[in-house]
Amino acid sequence: MTNYKIYMSTFNVQKLRQDFPNLNIQVHGKPLVYLDNAATTFKPRCVIDAVNAYYSTGVANVHRGVHYLSEQASAAFEYSRQVVRQFLHSSKVHEIIFTKGATESLNLIAQSYGKYFLKKGDEIIISHMEHHSNIVPWQMLCQQIGCVLKVIPINDQGEIIVEEYLKLLSDKTKLVSLVWVSNSLGTVNPVKAVIEAAHKRGAVVAIDAAQAVTHTPINVQELDCDFLVFSGHKVFGPTGVGVLYGKEKWLEVMPPYQGGGDMIKSVSFAGTTYNILPYKFEAGTPPIAEVIGLRSALEFFQTFSWESIKQHKQELLDYGTKVLLSINGVRIIGTAKEKTSIISFVVDGIHPHDLGTLVDQEGVAIRTGHHCTQPVMERFGIPATARASLAFYNTKEELDILVQAVKKAQAVFQK
Amino acid sequence: MREELYQQTILEHNRSPRNFKKLEGATHVAEGYNPLCGDHLWIYMKVNAQGIIEELSFEGSGCAISKASASMMTMALKGKTIEEANLLFDEFHKLAIGELKPDQQPNHLGKLAVFSGIWQYPARVKCAVLSWHTMHGALEKTKIVSTE
Repeated sequence: MTNYKIYMSTFNVQKLRQDFPNLNIQVHGKPLVYLDNAATTFKPRCVIDAVNAYYSTGVANVHRGVHYLSEQASAAFEYSRQVVRQFLHSSKVHEIIFTKGATESLNLIAQSYGKYFLKKGDEIIISHMEHHSNIVPWQMLCQQIGCVLKVIPINDQGEIIVEEYLKLLSDKTKLVSLVWVSNSLGTVNPVKAVIEAAHKRGAVVAIDAAQAVTHTPINVQELDCDFLVFSGHKVFGPTGVGVLYGKEKWLEVMPPYQGGGDMIKSVSFAGTTYNILPYKFEAGTPPIAEVIGLRSALEFFQTFSWESIKQHKQELLDYGTKVLLSINGVRIIGTAKEKTSIISFVVDGIHPHDLGTLVDQEGVAIRTGHHCTQPVMERFGIPATARASLAFYNTKEELDILVQAVKKAQAVFQK
Repeated sequence: MREELYQQTILEHNRSPRNFKKLEGATHVAEGYNPLCGDHLWIYMKVNAQGIIEELSFEGSGCAISKASASMMTMALKGKTIEEANLLFDEFHKLAIGELKPDQQPNHLGKLAVFSGIWQYPARVKCAVLSWHTMHGALEKTKIVSTE
């Protein structure tokens, strides 16, 4: 198999957009301006083709058959696992577990690692800016075993207050779970420093990299995180597939999350033995087509240099922030020093939902609501925000259209 | 071609909502909350011994659709009997989901027909019906209502 990388030295966004079949559709008679990438990303043709190819040319279940199609499917499936391993720079392929998504991965850590290693009175630290998927599983665990949840406060700019985190860390802390990049504030957290401090106290760290995967290269060995999770559909891959990376030493001793086929070695009513990693944590038929699609997504994404991706996204963030702030009555929520291209904002006198509906009529897709981060909304004293989240296929022109749409909405409310 | 949602009447009621206050001596109170979008209302009603709704008011925060709907509801139901209120609730609900065409079918909606286009915006239907479901819940003595 070929193993080559092509680095695009100059970033040609218009050429890139042609790889995404439906980015140029019309909505309500206007060109689509898709600014909701933190919710989900569009898929390049190669991902759509890979998923279609599985369904149209070689459907088979994996790991079970000796026939040709089954061997093909299994090989493709396991090759995807290798691609994910490379993407995360993990040293061992069996440290890569396929799940339904980041949410399931976090629940797996809570129920499997959490239930096995934590006991009553132990402490778990998360931050105030977490997505509900990195809050609720821990709350559920605390209810089940009596451990305690501690929350790192955030400042008015939407950054975690590191001094407070260090104060929260104690000998009782057994686990820290932190979002790398906030989906509602856009904040990029100092994960390496957080991991180092936690390890000094003997606590393990789980990193929610759902939004980080399109923001920065990930090297789990360098980070030294104990767990890391992400979802395929946020990195131009299919929905229904995600990844849990876990250090071998933890995954080896953690009890299985779900029971069923594939995760066993032998089953009898006298007793059942479990399979080796990674299969111990992959019960049942996996989302085969989606895993194959994820491989195409990661290979596609990695044909672009991180330097050019980061530069373009930073330009979009800077320009978007500037032009939105140029509108009277607009306030940005989340002004951390280090941010990804996610801009949450509020407009005086217009509820985010009304804003969302009105800009939608101009073909602009933004998200409005609490973005599954209700504690963040509470912290900033607002019911909801409007959020523009930009991917590497968005343009400055699209941000101009957003601004015009916001101004049109303001005109409606001033009638 | 979708009908215009933010018509003058709706914008007016959002800007100056009628009966936007707490009602002292209310006989029926209920809370309506759509946590997914943040619309949060309290509906207050004063129903007399003859079953007539003498007065209604509302408090809370939310989008223009939810506020305008609540405001217009307090005007539409004042002086109505509980039976008439339940009938209007049913008609408004059908209007919101596109099952009632006000100019084609007999109804008592009057000015409420301004919401006749909302069924074309499915994500906003729950904003429009929140106050109505909450009012209905108050009459049925339901504590907290959600239209999620």
